[in-house]
Amino acid sequence: MKHPVAVLFLAGAALQAQVPYERIVNGHKEPGNWLTYSGNYAGHRYSGLPELTPANVGNLRVKWAYQFDLNRVETSPIVDGGVMYISAPNKAAALDTKTGRAIWNWERPIPADYQSIGFGRVNRGPAILDDKLYVATLDCYLVALDLKTGQQRWAAKVEDYKPGYSMTLAPLAIKGKVLVGVSGGEAGIRGFVDAYDAATGKRVWRFYAIPGPGEPGNETWAGDSWKTGGASTWVTGAYDPELNIVYWGIGNPGPDWNGDSRKGDNLYTCSFVALDGETGKLKWHFQFTPHDTHDWDATHVPLLVDTEVRGRMRKLIVNPNRNAFYYALDRTSGEFLAGQAYAKQTWAKGLDDKGRPILIPGMEPSEEGVLVWPSLNGATVWFSPSYSPQTKLVYVATREVGSTYFKREAQYKPGTFFAGGGETRIPEKEQWGAIRALEVASGKLAWEFRLVSPPWSGILSTAGGLVFSGSNEGNIFALDAKTGKPLWDFQGGGAVMANPISFAIEGKQHVAVAAGRTLYVFGQ
Amino acid sequence: MLLLAAQSPHDAIPDVALGKRIFASQCAVCHGEGGTGGRGPALTHAKLAKAPDEESLRKAIAQGIPPEMPGAWQLSVREVASVAKYVQGLGTVLPEKLPGDARRGAQVFGAKGCGGCHLVDGVGTARGPELTAIGAKRNGAHLRTSVIAPASHLPEDYLMLEVTTAAGRTVRGVRAAEDPFSVQLRDAGGALHSFRKGELKQWRHLAGESSMPSFAKQLSAGELEDLVAYLAGLRGNQ
Ligand code: HEC
Ligand code: HEC
Repeated sequence: MKHPVAVLFLAGAALQAQVPYERIVNGHKEPGNWLTYSGNYAGHRYSGLPELTPANVGNLRVKWAYQFDLNRVETSPIVDGGVMYISAPNKAAALDTKTGRAIWNWERPIPADYQSIGFGRVNRGPAILDDKLYVATLDCYLVALDLKTGQQRWAAKVEDYKPGYSMTLAPLAIKGKVLVGVSGGEAGIRGFVDAYDAATGKRVWRFYAIPGPGEPGNETWAGDSWKTGGASTWVTGAYDPELNIVYWGIGNPGPDWNGDSRKGDNLYTCSFVALDGETGKLKWHFQFTPHDTHDWDATHVPLLVDTEVRGRMRKLIVNPNRNAFYYALDRTSGEFLAGQAYAKQTWAKGLDDKGRPILIPGMEPSEEGVLVWPSLNGATVWFSPSYSPQTKLVYVATREVGSTYFKREAQYKPGTFFAGGGETRIPEKEQWGAIRALEVASGKLAWEFRLVSPPWSGILSTAGGLVFSGSNEGNIFALDAKTGKPLWDFQGGGAVMANPISFAIEGKQHVAVAAGRTLYVFGQ
Repeated sequence: MLLLAAQSPHDAIPDVALGKRIFASQCAVCHGEGGTGGRGPALTHAKLAKAPDEESLRKAIAQGIPPEMPGAWQLSVREVASVAKYVQGLGTVLPEKLPGDARRGAQVFGAKGCGGCHLVDGVGTARGPELTAIGAKRNGAHLRTSVIAPASHLPEDYLMLEVTTAAGRTVRGVRAAEDPFSVQLRDAGGALHSFRKGELKQWRHLAGESSMPSFAKQLSAGELEDLVAYLAGLRGNQ
């Protein structure tokens, strides 16, 4: 009461947004922070910090580590103002970046009858906007937390988890809205992308990834198959602020390995969709794998790149796809520009001039089994690729695995597995993997770094000319972004199944990535 | 609640004919047509060691038995139940009859120096895989081949390697571990070698090679059969 002016001033400061949308759009001006899942809206997972270079990366050592009470940590942290925000299934925490100490923890109980149908209990990261942190939960709530304390501001029910809807992805926060997608492609869901009002949690729009009756595309589903056709949306999309378009990857059709009941192309499964950021209305779509029967979701982080193609500047969206082909499209129209296989595949002769695969007959799953490359986890899957504007290369963790695919009966029952088959992978000794660098406009291989086994780790590239990733054997490592030459590695003691990020602590560049149950932070 | 009830395994009515078809396409590669065994054990016993009752059998099928037996997690509850029913039916088939004499086989095992590389019930030298329960894992035909042509049936996690150091020294051995940056192997004498790949001139996987010599020429037909009967009878720690 004695100092009313000071009290007023404090109250006013508390109302100020910590991370306004404009800061995320201009994130390249403050590379010491990491403000959105992929580092920028374009999906690049590229750090503008130049301090770590091929010459000094060998000095990296662990500065601190944070242990989770789960075996598989996939979180991609958000960093702002000396605080790192992390998430786990139905959990979040804020860590002091100087010491690694948790300054708050949040948890939402997982209902006893919740089940993950067809995937692990994981969470890939939070999102930040204004004064809130956003977390997507397994039981399908989008929760907004107070940045300073972790206390809940609101929780929005996205869908009922009981028939199989779930969320494992990091939300995407754009201007005034928070976007999420759902898992459940093996449970006969009907997938969608949702946008929620960032302040209130009210749903602003929903885009159904399977068109309903009367909508264009519904005719690509035989009978009622669209109702249980899957089309999950379980990986974070990208955003072009200038065009105000959201780009999102859509999952496999269901039942996964038995396409008999769902004759047709099954739009918009295994596609990228371009959605109006304001309304969620579809602008265009591009389908990578029409009528998929191998579980090749297109649930990837799209890479938005402006570059020259055949003498002309183009706004591209590029993607090394789970189906083993690389694609470059025009992101204003969805027009196919170039594509080629970047990993072993035995199901298509190539792509036609519209980018549609030219199928090799007899590669669909059967009762006796059919051997096909790639395996159901694909030539790459949810973990992030990276694009470096310096090298103009796309980096992708590639899996070289073939599988015998089986087709089985499939009967829809809410809340149960609706997959219609499966796979038996080739023996482990014959499986392998690589970090590959591909030319952005064509997908042509520039170099590869060979891995002992097919990876589950995302990739970070940096302005100092480095590429960071990890292995199943627990190595966290840095390669030369130009040549792929190994420069530094650290044994983290558990498989790396997470996406690395880079940020600054007191002005010095650091790299963070999880291995097993531990999140490591490295610095010089 | 209804949703959960639908998940109950007791709700799924198994179909033996379906189970047989799934077994032929997905299990027979390892367990043989009709479950007579191979890389995986014969399943033609009334009681299976790792799947003694219906519930554990369904669990073994759905989740596998690491590291050798893959789980068929993509099968529906009904499909798993159907395969389980079919596998249970195999128990009425007479188990494989082996001509040899296990007691004499034990003597052959000792005389040929098998214990110089294998542990049985805690006795021997642990260079190759432990054989204490090998009879519960492989069938007779597979064991016979393992002895006369070892390289043709390598265990899942067995791989020979040859590395050449920067100084030109060559080391051969069995892979203990490998990652993109390092490799660890045990040589014929059992000594451990660890190398950073960056410091090697080269390293090679010797896929399909075994450090176990073939005993084809050292065993009479009778000795071989006795040895196989002995190995088939090894079913776990006493
Ligand atoms: C890649 C080879 C492989 C495939 C395919 C395979 N198995 Fe197995 N299975 C094994 C091996 C090896 C074991 C022994 C594991 C051990 O004891 O560690 C085993 C063990 C078992 C057991 C326990 C046997 C006992 O005596 O306790 C059962 C039951 C079984 N498998 C059933 C199946 C069924 C049913 C399928 C098909 C759905 C199948 N397996 C597919 C290799 C395989
Ligand atoms: C010089 C060492 C050595 C000697 C001697 C040796 N083994 Fe082996 N054995 C191995 C190694 C190494 C393996 C694993 C690689 C393979 O399967 O060839 C193996 C594998 C086996 C296997 C297959 C195990 C499995 O999991 O399938 C059997 C059975 C076996 N040996 C039996 C014998 C018998 C019987 C003798 C004696 C007649 C013998 N071994 C002598 C080294 C040896």
